[in-house]
Amino acid sequence: MGVGIEVASLNAWYGTNHTLQDITLNIPANHATALIGPSGCGKSTFVRCLNRMHETNPIARVTGTVRIGDLDIYSDAQPVEIRRRVGMVFQRPNPFPTMSIYDNVASGLKLNGYSNRRALDEIVERSLKNSALWDEVKDDLKSKSGASLSGGQQQRLCIARALAVDPEVLLMDEPASALDPVSTSKIEDLIFQLKSQYTIVIVTHNMQQAARVAEKTGFFLNGRMVEFDSTHKIFTNPSDKRTEDYITGRFG
Amino acid sequence: MSVNQTSFRSKWRALTDRTVTGLAVLATLLVIAPLVAIFVYLILKGASSLNLAFFTQVPKPVGEVGGGMANAVVGSAVLLAIASVIGVPIGIGGGIYLAEFGRGTKLANAVRFTADVLNGVPSIVMGLAAYSLIVLPQGHFSAFSGGVALGIMMIPTVCRTSEEMLLMVPNAIREAALGLGLPNWRAVLSITVKTASPGIITGCMLAFARVAGETAPLIFTALGNSFWSTSLNQPIAALPLQIYVYALSPYDDWHRLAWAGALVLIALIVLAVSLVRYVTSRGVLKGAS
Repeated sequence: MGVGIEVASLNAWYGTNHTLQDITLNIPANHATALIGPSGCGKSTFVRCLNRMHETNPIARVTGTVRIGDLDIYSDAQPVEIRRRVGMVFQRPNPFPTMSIYDNVASGLKLNGYSNRRALDEIVERSLKNSALWDEVKDDLKSKSGASLSGGQQQRLCIARALAVDPEVLLMDEPASALDPVSTSKIEDLIFQLKSQYTIVIVTHNMQQAARVAEKTGFFLNGRMVEFDSTHKIFTNPSDKRTEDYITGRFG
Repeated sequence: MSVNQTSFRSKWRALTDRTVTGLAVLATLLVIAPLVAIFVYLILKGASSLNLAFFTQVPKPVGEVGGGMANAVVGSAVLLAIASVIGVPIGIGGGIYLAEFGRGTKLANAVRFTADVLNGVPSIVMGLAAYSLIVLPQGHFSAFSGGVALGIMMIPTVCRTSEEMLLMVPNAIREAALGLGLPNWRAVLSITVKTASPGIITGCMLAFARVAGETAPLIFTALGNSFWSTSLNQPIAALPLQIYVYALSPYDDWHRLAWAGALVLIALIVLAVSLVRYVTSRGVLKGAS
């Protein structure tokens, strides 16, 4: 099951560039939350702070607190532990090119030393079913490379790979921006199904997408969070003038 | 007028296209030409002296007809095995450090610089180094010292190509691995290195092929041997050394054997490289890039 995320006074830097300034918000459990805003506004940095991927860049720095469920991720735990609880799907599909479809899905477990074959088989099947890819790949799970799939299939493979380690939260950084419309709508359907089991945070450039999949939406601008509210309110009656300008297409 | 101009332009474009393509093909042929020429020449000169005895007998004393280079073939294999055991792991390990752990550190820059310098050191100097470090203290020439000299020569090539190949792995792959909650060392070894492995293997093969033909580092170390020896503590024969000695000799019979030896040396390198490629490419998946 998903858990809620409480973010308080989060600041992030790349070198001297203050990319996130004093972000405070609560992301509800078992819902999809969308983050929108123009390029460079900090929304990707924000999700990368939620699984401590931000700090893999040597010049990056973070202050503030992030609680995922009852875990304060910056003081109570190691990054490795957090990333198992907080899965991530990236902008460009990035399956491991040398691995079969099966091994891609099983990689998170196998490489962490999990070796019960029957259980792995079950987890791989369930993850691929959950990511709506099973029917397309079940016949060549072990004979085809993950890289041989189409872009949309690769992205669903990456979702299956993230689901296989059984996370509580799923972060998606523009998961459909490199995909065609048909694949995009498949990913959106998927988000709709997955949010009953996982807390989903999705960064998107596509405002219709945010409106379609998310209950809550946050608008980011220049490293600050301008507004965070129900998706319906953000898109029909935003409180902030800048949000309104952005969603009506006056800038960005 | 505009119609004429258009057709003139498209003809001109087609002509340019054909000219450039032609030049590229010509350049390709020029690249292949020396290799083919050497191979053909070696076959013409050496194939007639190749027979079973070449692979089964040791050299006969001067004046006696026949004999072979079996000891040199085995000797080269022994030397290259020692060299690979030293050069491949150290080289790959260094490459992994440079690309994955030491990026931007002073130590990494120093290691990279040293490797580049080492790559440019003449091979005879490597032989002298191994001579003074191993042969002099031990008091005798040995297969071991020759293998060490060749192994040290392999390190910089393997190290730098491994680094280059690892840097070509997209960062997205590293992030995917870390995002699954893998510890960094595990992500590097099981994901990044594995993804770069075809390139790393190519680097190892290049280094291997290069030292397989080295003569100079062996002169003061392995020394050469006219008799059977597989002891690491004794002087050992090697194909390049044998070719060197035979080619400089005044005897026609030895000249023919030297040609045959050169042909066998190249053939064995091609065989070894192909074998490694075959073995490492088995089980590769459909569509893997």
